Amino acid sequence: MITSLIRRAIQAGFVIFAMTLIVFIGVNVIGNPVDILINPDLNQAERLRVVESLGLDRPLWQQYLSFLHGLAQGDFGDSFVYSKPALDVIVERLPATLELALCAMLIAIVVGLPLGLYAGLYPNRVSSKIIMTGSILGFSLPTFWVGLMFILLFAVQLGWLPSNGRGETELLFGARWSFLTADGLAHLFLPALNLALFKTSLILRLTRAGVQEVVMQDYVKFARAKGLRENRIIFVHILKNLMIPVVTIIGLEFGSLIAFSVVTESIFGWPGMGKLIIDSINLLDRPVIVAYLMMMVVLFVSLNFIIDICYTLLDPRVRLDGKG
Amino acid sequence: MDSNSVPVADPHGNPPTAAGSAGASASRSIWPALLRFFSAPAAVVGALGLLIVLFVAIFAPWLSPQNPFDLMQLDILDSRLPPGSESFSGVPYILGTDGQGRDILSGIMYGLRTSLIVGLASAIAAALIGTTLGLMAAYVGGRTEGFMMRLVDLQLSFPTILMALMVLAILGNGVTNVVLAIIVAEWATYARTARGTALVEREKEYIEAARCLRIPGHRVLLRHLLPNCLAPIIVIATMQVARAIGLEATLSFLGLGASVTQPSLGMLIANGYQYLLSGLYWISFYPGIALLITIVSINLVGDRLRDVLNPRNAR
Amino acid sequence: MTALLDVRNLVTTFPGGAGTGLRAVDDVSFQLARGEVLGLVGESGSGKSVTGFSIMGLVDWPGKIAEGQIIFDGSDLAKASVETRRSLRGRRIAMVFQDPMMTLNPVLRVGTQMTEALHAHEKIGKAEARARARDALGLVGMPSPEERLDAYPHQLSGGMRQRVAIAIAFLHRPDLIVADEPTTALDVTIQAQIISEFQKLTEDSGTAVIWITHDLAIVSGLADRIAVMYGGRIVEAGGIAEVLERPRHPYTRGLIQSVPSENSRGTRLTQIPGVTPSLINMPEGCAFRTRCARATAACVQRPGRFGDEDSYHRCFHPHEEALR
Repeated sequence: MITSLIRRAIQAGFVIFAMTLIVFIGVNVIGNPVDILINPDLNQAERLRVVESLGLDRPLWQQYLSFLHGLAQGDFGDSFVYSKPALDVIVERLPATLELALCAMLIAIVVGLPLGLYAGLYPNRVSSKIIMTGSILGFSLPTFWVGLMFILLFAVQLGWLPSNGRGETELLFGARWSFLTADGLAHLFLPALNLALFKTSLILRLTRAGVQEVVMQDYVKFARAKGLRENRIIFVHILKNLMIPVVTIIGLEFGSLIAFSVVTESIFGWPGMGKLIIDSINLLDRPVIVAYLMMMVVLFVSLNFIIDICYTLLDPRVRLDGKG
Repeated sequence: MDSNSVPVADPHGNPPTAAGSAGASASRSIWPALLRFFSAPAAVVGALGLLIVLFVAIFAPWLSPQNPFDLMQLDILDSRLPPGSESFSGVPYILGTDGQGRDILSGIMYGLRTSLIVGLASAIAAALIGTTLGLMAAYVGGRTEGFMMRLVDLQLSFPTILMALMVLAILGNGVTNVVLAIIVAEWATYARTARGTALVEREKEYIEAARCLRIPGHRVLLRHLLPNCLAPIIVIATMQVARAIGLEATLSFLGLGASVTQPSLGMLIANGYQYLLSGLYWISFYPGIALLITIVSINLVGDRLRDVLNPRNAR
Repeated sequence: MTALLDVRNLVTTFPGGAGTGLRAVDDVSFQLARGEVLGLVGESGSGKSVTGFSIMGLVDWPGKIAEGQIIFDGSDLAKASVETRRSLRGRRIAMVFQDPMMTLNPVLRVGTQMTEALHAHEKIGKAEARARARDALGLVGMPSPEERLDAYPHQLSGGMRQRVAIAIAFLHRPDLIVADEPTTALDVTIQAQIISEFQKLTEDSGTAVIWITHDLAIVSGLADRIAVMYGGRIVEAGGIAEVLERPRHPYTRGLIQSVPSENSRGTRLTQIPGVTPSLINMPEGCAFRTRCARATAACVQRPGRFGDEDSYHRCFHPHEEALR
C-alpha cells in the first residue's frame, strides 16, 4: 500500500510539473506578456526597460527556470491592481471561497444523499419520480440564472435574505468566517444554495443509481434472510457499499465547486477567489491569474490524491490488496 | 417512461458511453429506432422544443418585431418598459424592453442565434478533434495511446469551467476565444468515448481482416472504426451541445464572452442583472427561460437518443 | 404429528404475459416434518428457487405470492405481517444461498455480519454475541475462528465463505433451513465436506431442510423425500428411494437417466430432447408434453395429482416399471 501511495505521489508531482509548463507556455508563449504586462501609455524606451526588468528579453528556458524558482518560493510577482504579492491576494480570499464551497457541499450531501437513497429504494413511488424529474431541472438550469432568480425572489420580492457580500464575519484560526454570525449566515445561505444546486442533483442521481445496483446484490437479500431490520439493511449494508462511489464523487466535485464558485461569487458579490479571478482576467492582472491557476492545479492534484487514500480506507478489498 | 436517467459519469470516471456496436445495426433499422425514440413522451416534448428553438433562431430576422441591433429602430423613451406595454409609437412589447429600449422578445430571438451558433460550432469542432484523436489513439495503440489517454484523464480531472477560464485568462476575452475555450474544455470527453468504443471494435475480426488485406490505415479508421463508433459519439455530442450553450452563457454572463453587438442569451441575462435589484425582472428572466428551454430540450432529446441507440438499454 | 411446514397450492407470479401474470410457482404443495430433508429438484427456471424465496418471504419485487398458504408451525406465512416474517427469518427459518462469493457483504467484517444476525433477534451483549459467533464458526469446521471474525469476506475462499454463511444460518438453531444450491459453486472436494458438515448440524439441531438443487446425486445421499419441479409445478414427489428407483413421470425418468452412474457405464447417456420452455411460452396443460415421447392429445389437459399427498405424480401416461 505504501509503495502505491509513493507511486501516486510521484505521479501527482509529475502532473503539477507538467501543468507549470503548460501555464508557462500559455502565458509567455501563446499570450504576449509584453502586451499584457506593460502599460500601453509608456513610450518605447520605458517599454524596453520594463521588458528587461521582468526578464522577458531572456531565452525562454531561462524565463521558465526563473518562473519555477519563483513558484517554489510561492513568489508569483506582485499584483498590478493590489500592489501586493499575488499569492497573498489569493490566500486572503481563500477562506471565503472555502466557506462557500464547504457549505454548498454540505447542502448537496444533506439534500442529495437522502433523496437519492429514497428514490433508489422506492423507485416506483410517485414521490421518487417527482424527485428524479426535479433533478433533471437541477442539471439543466443554468446556475447563474438560478442565482439571479434567487436574488429576485428572496432578496428583492420577499426581502428575506441579503444578496450581496459576506455580511458580518468573525475571526477564527486567523481568518474571517461568515458562518459564525447570524448576519453572515443569512448572507451565506443564498450563494451556498445556488452553488449546491447542480451538485445536489449529481449526488442524488449517483446515490440512486448506486442504491439500485446494490439492492440487487445477493448480500442484501442474504441480510434480509438473516432477519435484519430494514433500517440496518439500508444504513449499514446498502449505505456502506454506496459510500465508496459517493465519497469519490464528493471529493472530486469539491474541487469543481471551488472552480464553479467563480459564477456564484460574481452574482452574489461574494469576495472570494472566484470573483477575484474574474476581476483579474478583466483587468489583466497576470500575476494573480498565474497564481490562481497554479493554485487550482495543486488543489486538484492533491484532491485526487486524498480521494485515493479515502478510497483505500473505505474499501477493504483495495486496502488489503495494496493495489487498485 | 425512462425520463429519469440523465447521463452521469459514473464514479469510476467512465464516460456514459454505449460501448457496443450500435452503429451498424442502427443505420439499417432507422424507422423502428425513430418509432422507439418517439414512444417516450419526454422525447416528444424535447424534440418539439428543439424544433421551435431552431425555427426561431433560423428565422429570427423575419419573426422578430424589431431588429434589436439596428440603433435606428430603438427609442430610448421606450427603455425598461414592463412586459405587455406598447411602444411610443404603438407597437406592443410582449416581453418588455431593456435599458436601451430594445424589445426583449426580439433580443431573445437574435440571442438564441448567437448562442446556438457558438454552442454548435464549438461542440462540432470539439467532436471532430476529440473523435479523431480518440480513434487514432485506439488505432495506433502503444505509447501514443498511453500518452494521449493520460492527457485525456488529466484534462477530465479539471472542471470544464476551469479549463475555459485558463484559456480565456491566457488568450483574453472575446467570442472566438470562448469557442476555443469550450473546445479545449470538451474535446477530451469525445476522445475518451471514441477510444472506448473503438477499443471494443478493434478486437473484432473484421478489423483484423482489413489489416491483413493491407487496407491503408486511414481507410480502416474512416470506413470501419468510425461508423461503428458513431452512435455513442452522436449521443455525447447532443449532450455536449447543451453543455456548450450553457458554458457559453456562463462565460458571457461573467463578461468574458460574446461581443456587445451580437449578444448571446448569457449576455442578455447579464444586461438585466443591474436592473434586478430594482425589481425589473423581465430583462433577465425571459432570456433565462429561453436558455432553459433550449438546454432542457436538447437534454431530453439526447437522453432518449442514448436509450434508443444503446444496445444495452434495448430491452 | 402436524407438519412443521405445510405449503398448500402456492402460486407466485411475476407481472408480464397475459392475464394474471407469469406463474413462476404454479400450484405447489408439499409438507415437511420436523427434522426432515426434502430435496427440491429441477432445472434452472423450474421455479424451485422462487419456491424457496416464497417460503422466506423474499420474492423480488414485482413478483408476489398470489395464491395459496404457507403454514409454518400452525400459522400462515403468506398472510403474516412484515414484522412477523422478519422475526421468523434467520431465527426460525434460515437460508443459505447459492454463490458464497456474493452472499457476504464485501465491506463488513465476518464477525459483524454474524453478530448482527444475533442482535436482530435477541437482546444480548457484544461480547456474548461475539463468543457465540466464534463458536458457530468452530462448529462448521472453520480453522482459527477467532481470527476469522475480524476478516473481510474477500480474504476467505469460496468454501470458507459458504461455511460462514452456514454458520450464520445455524446461529439460532432454526426449525427450517432453505438451502438454495449451496454447493453448486464449490469444488467437488469442498462440496463433500460442506455437505457432511451440513448434515451433521441438521441432525444435531433437528432442523428440517429444503435442499434446492439440480443435482440428483446430492439429493440421493441427503434427502428423505424428493419433489421434482418442472415449469413451476411439482411433477413428481415421494420418498427418495421410491422416486429414484421407480420414477413415474417421464421428466423425472429423463433426469435420472441423464446422470452418469455405475449402472450406466458403457451405455450412452440419454438426454431429454429440446430445451426448458421459458415462463412466457409455457405449453398449455402438461408443461413437459412438448419434450415428452409419451405425450398424447390428452396432455393438453392439465394433469392433476395422481397418488396421495406424500407420493404423487402429474402425468397421464406414467411409467409403471422400475428403472432397470
